[in-house]
Amino acid sequence: MNAVPKYDPLSFGETALKLRTYRQQVLGNNLTNSDTPTFKARDIDFASVLENQLQGQDSSKSLSLATTNGRHLPGTAVVDDPKLLYRIPIQPSMDGNTVDSDVELSEFTKNSVFTQSALTFLGGTIKGRMSAITGQPS
Amino acid sequence: MSLLATFNIGATGLVAQSLRLNTTASNIANIDSVSGPDGKPYRSRQVVFTATQPAGMPGSGVQVTQIVESTTPLRREFKPGHPKADKSGYVDMPNVNPTEEMVNMISASRSYQMNIEAMNVTRQLMMSTMDLGK
Repeated sequence: MNAVPKYDPLSFGETALKLRTYRQQVLGNNLTNSDTPTFKARDIDFASVLENQLQGQDSSKSLSLATTNGRHLPGTAVVDDPKLLYRIPIQPSMDGNTVDSDVELSEFTKNSVFTQSALTFLGGTIKGRMSAITGQPS
Repeated sequence: MSLLATFNIGATGLVAQSLRLNTTASNIANIDSVSGPDGKPYRSRQVVFTATQPAGMPGSGVQVTQIVESTTPLRREFKPGHPKADKSGYVDMPNVNPTEEMVNMISASRSYQMNIEAMNVTRQLMMSTMDLGK
């Protein structure tokens, strides 16, 4: 464990929460399409996407700035969308659908618990800053 | 708000599954309807689900793009006294398969419940987001 946090807790919480809700959307879409023929279940690799977004560079999607002069500063812009991967089905089905309701529902529930914890941590950070500003224990 | 999108995705699932339940109910109700408004025997109806995916979004749920009439052959029953019987005494009956319909019904109701579950979880998360920093 690092004694000094690697990232600012506020921006860490924000990025984590954004990604959690994004993943919630992806998993919710999988659940809703559990009966759609040929639909392929998607997911993101949460840990690596979070790491990339915190470092401000998503290697798969980053746009680099073209420089035409030696004194131009290089710049990169991050496109927000994390890379969507395909879930490997445990039991393939006849209609080409790769949604396994049990897997998706458990991932969905797990993700919602983590979203809840991200919210709690972010709320705690905000409360801490507020008490530092006002000088009153909240 | 990204969670609102998740909520809407759940809603599209509810709409699609309830439409599927609706066609199943219609099929079961018409299992013995030898003639419809066009005078022909009732044909089993099935929904076609299609995933919707606008650009820049991980997905936006499911949509019923069409309702197709089953093309499986009609069930032929020997009923010489029936008003709809042909010369050899056979009546064309609807091609509704009760087993298929029951399976469809159970699958649709389970999927409906699953969407409700996902929406409930999302609602709780939205409520917690609103309480953030309190």
